[in-house]
Amino acid sequence: MNPETAVLVAVSLPLAGAALIALARRSPDAREGATLVTGVALFATVASLIAPVQAGLRPSVALVEMLPGMPIAFTVEPLGLLFALVASGLWIVNSLYSIGYMRANEERNQTRFYVCFAGAIAATMGVAFAANGLTLFLFYEMLTLVTYPLVTHHGTEEAKRGGRVYLGVLLSTSIMFFLFALVITWHAAGTLDFVPGGILSGRLGNAALGGLLALYMFGIGKAALMPFHRWLPAAMVAPTPVSALLHAVAVVKAGVFTVVKVIVYVFGVDSIRGLASVDWLPTVAAFTIVAASIVALRSDNLKRRLAYSTVSQLSYVILAAALLTPLSVVGAALHIAAHAFGKITLFFAAGAIYTAAHKTEVSQLDGIGRRMPWTMGAFAVGAVSMVGLPPTAGFVSKWFILSGAYDAGHWVAVGTIAASTLLSAGYLLPIVFRAFFRPAGDDGGHAHGEAPMPMVVAMVATAAATLLMFVFADLPLSLARQLVGGQA
Amino acid sequence: MSALDHYSYWVTIFLLVAGLFIVIARGNFIKKLIGLSIFQTSVYLLYIAPGKLIGGTAPIVGAGFQVYSNPLPHVLILTAIVVGIATLALGLALVVRIREAYGSIEEDEILRAEQSAARDDAT
Amino acid sequence: MIDGTHLPVLQVVVPLLCAPLIVLVRGGRIGWAIATAASVFFLASSLAILLEVQRVGVISYAIGSWPPPWGIEYRIDAANAFMLVLLGLVASVVAPYAWASVRAEIPRDNHYLFYALYCLALAGLGGIAVTGDAFNLFVFLEISSLASYVLIALDRDRRALLAAYQYLILGTIGATFIVIGVGLLYLMTGTLNLADIASRLGDVRQARPVLAALAFLTVGISLKAALFPLHMWLPGAYAHAPSAVSALLAATATKVSVYVLLRFYFSVFGTTAVFAAMPMGDVLLALSIAAMIVASAAAAFQTDLKRLLAYSSVAQIGYITLGVSFATATGLTGGIVHLFNHGVTKGALFMLVGAIAFRLGSSRIDRMAGLARSMPLTCAGIVVGGLGLIGVPGTAGFVSKWYLVLAAIEAGSWVIAFVVVASSLIAVAYVWRFVEVAYFRPPSEETARLKEPPAALLVPAGVLLAASVYFGVEPSLTLGAAYGAAEALLAGPR
Repeated sequence: MNPETAVLVAVSLPLAGAALIALARRSPDAREGATLVTGVALFATVASLIAPVQAGLRPSVALVEMLPGMPIAFTVEPLGLLFALVASGLWIVNSLYSIGYMRANEERNQTRFYVCFAGAIAATMGVAFAANGLTLFLFYEMLTLVTYPLVTHHGTEEAKRGGRVYLGVLLSTSIMFFLFALVITWHAAGTLDFVPGGILSGRLGNAALGGLLALYMFGIGKAALMPFHRWLPAAMVAPTPVSALLHAVAVVKAGVFTVVKVIVYVFGVDSIRGLASVDWLPTVAAFTIVAASIVALRSDNLKRRLAYSTVSQLSYVILAAALLTPLSVVGAALHIAAHAFGKITLFFAAGAIYTAAHKTEVSQLDGIGRRMPWTMGAFAVGAVSMVGLPPTAGFVSKWFILSGAYDAGHWVAVGTIAASTLLSAGYLLPIVFRAFFRPAGDDGGHAHGEAPMPMVVAMVATAAATLLMFVFADLPLSLARQLVGGQA
Repeated sequence: MSALDHYSYWVTIFLLVAGLFIVIARGNFIKKLIGLSIFQTSVYLLYIAPGKLIGGTAPIVGAGFQVYSNPLPHVLILTAIVVGIATLALGLALVVRIREAYGSIEEDEILRAEQSAARDDAT
Repeated sequence: MIDGTHLPVLQVVVPLLCAPLIVLVRGGRIGWAIATAASVFFLASSLAILLEVQRVGVISYAIGSWPPPWGIEYRIDAANAFMLVLLGLVASVVAPYAWASVRAEIPRDNHYLFYALYCLALAGLGGIAVTGDAFNLFVFLEISSLASYVLIALDRDRRALLAAYQYLILGTIGATFIVIGVGLLYLMTGTLNLADIASRLGDVRQARPVLAALAFLTVGISLKAALFPLHMWLPGAYAHAPSAVSALLAATATKVSVYVLLRFYFSVFGTTAVFAAMPMGDVLLALSIAAMIVASAAAAFQTDLKRLLAYSSVAQIGYITLGVSFATATGLTGGIVHLFNHGVTKGALFMLVGAIAFRLGSSRIDRMAGLARSMPLTCAGIVVGGLGLIGVPGTAGFVSKWYLVLAAIEAGSWVIAFVVVASSLIAVAYVWRFVEVAYFRPPSEETARLKEPPAALLVPAGVLLAASVYFGVEPSLTLGAAYGAAEALLAGPR
């Protein structure tokens, strides 16, 4: 398969998978088999693109022209490939986990769940490989819409309310700010193509650049920059595999990916470095990091705590990209992957606890580590990665971000990273401590063991990936370095 | 030239405003249609009056006639009258059907009937 | 081979003659066959005309070989050729749809009348689009309007009578205003041929009667086009008309009126007189924005899906006139392409709601609980159409909104650009009212036993829906035609 075909296959394969899943709705085994087969095939397809991209090729395909001079087009570049690899890899694991979770909890509408899931992956591939702002926007909106039925999966009043916030925030930010920013960019630059070095240099004044950056940053609501982060906790009503999709595989990752992409390929790191009108962004990101950490620290609901942890971690990526140094941009790219592995592990663990023990609050978890050692072991690995300690993936990315902040002499950023490390240790490590070192509380004699097998396998796999990314950081690092032209 | 020289325009404007006023102010469906007809009639005058030249005759070429009236407005207004009659006929037919359906041709009574029907529907 | 020179007049005459023919044969089925054939002919002929116009620029056809300006001239350029295609497309999709829909909604004895009036309405709308004569335009406007009043009143619901009556009163006021405007122009120029009026206006372009004519025409056409706040007739008329009629009128009638406005503004009065000497640009802009916000908000509070769509139509007309108000190539292209895109999308939506009503017997939203379970295709179609109304990328609505925002930015009005994008969010609110009820409420006993509507209803709706998605992904055809139309209009009076 030549690289150009592989790009098209990568985008259309999940859609074909969705059709297969819908056809196989009568037989759950065939349906879930279709999901897994599609996942493996997708990962293989995306992986086949690694060699050409590392060799410096940028396979591109243009489809129909959606607006004059602006086709729906795909180009594989290092950052997009890294994102696609993470998303397609985690889809396999997540499907495995979903099978266990959905069956054990006897969820309804499972076919719709798997179909929408595959649709979300297709949209993610489109976002990852988009060659211009319009294509990216198309798939970005598709991702919002196709994940909406997943968020409201339970169909209860609470789910509908959560869905309304989810859709309301994501659609309104994207239409009001993101689309608006795209039209302005098109008007100013005459193109929306993603070009290394940016397309806006010399096209807009200093103040206009600052305003445009604000439109982009707040318009990309999926990146959950405060005050547009509310949708993420609201979406917690969804089943746990969906939370994993939102937090690790696709949605928020698509957000921060778009942020990095816009900063690198639309504005251009070098052309906005040092502009007074754009230096508010690190401060806003730093505020989000700290504020979200504090909220996380104060919430007893486990999923809610993890959700705010995500809000905080996402702003690491935004902060890193906004520092505009090669090292920090590499850190931003790595953190997309590192956070994905760590956070999916944490959510898998939270879902496993819910499935096996029906517990949702942190204060109920005393001593649970002895009954569910694999789950809590994986949770510990994920937590360590979130804090950013070796030997986990989180350490690698944080190291680069910190070096970048140091290089830039941005002491606010350095201080924020230090403070947030303490805060995240404060809200995650006590859970591990509780689970393993406190005596089990009286829970009415409800006996339970580990979660179902597929879930445990999935968790262990992602925890292992978190550890492996620390040891074998070469592949993501080489891709991320290409992003900044080998400067770091 | 005093304002009265243009009296045909004054008549036009009076008919126009009077007709429109009846349509808006009356609640009776027949009276509304009458107003509508008066309103349309004003337009007939608007077209016809300027077509007539003082001392002009019918546009038939003949010896001794130098000034002719413009025939085109008459033709146009014949068409407009046909349209107006069709509208009026249709409007009256609708009023008949409305009376059959509601037992009234008063706007406020019918609206009240509709509102109570909507309330019944909702409960 | 058939000679194409007479197509402009056949375009009107064929449906016009089909109407009495249907009345003579007095058969519902044969009436349907004739009306469908007339619609398909209309579409084929309009496509041929569009190709011809793209080749030669302007087609001028003298009725009865009386040369203009003495005889009536049919004059077709890129703008009205595009309108004809929209008319033909919608008519030839709605006609097959009417087969099943009319049988469910209209008493058997009246079927043949329905199809006769359908042809008459089509002839009227087509006539408005092709004619180059101001008074002829009024006559066609009234032919189509009178036919529409009856079509609306044909519904079994007694409220349809009230809606038709109200539409008749307001429509006639609008038409009379138009005749007054035309009369004033005639008094000033002594001609009724639009191109001739334009060339003779010359020095009197700024004279008070001409400006009065502009004002009368604007108000009259705005009434017909349901431009906010002259839209009072529209929600009732669309909500209570038979489904096929709602689809046809929503997709074409107001659109044709907007075309008339464009024709008078750009080809007769000229941009300077309309937008520089008179503040029509600002007036249109203000009304458009009010329509986009107020009517969308009103839509969000409706309890009946058809009425909701009707209010949404009022809002969408605001988007069209917004593009017009900029009087730039981008703005006009956006307005005209939205005219087409929205016509197609809204036609499909009304047909789908009609399909629901076919099974459910009502279009009240609260009776549609859990409907997506029993009618997955129909509900999915409404969601896709709704996304088009919001302007989600990948639908035709996105293309037109992109152009409108771009036009606002080009005109330097950032605030308006922002209002355009922000107002589409209100559309999310009203579309999602349907989504939450149909998808997330448990089915009631009533909806649980319903089946998907027959293919005779779904296929035509699906065709229009597919068109609206196709023109969202590959809009070169519509954008090209709209751009040509904008250029033809901006070229000004000849």
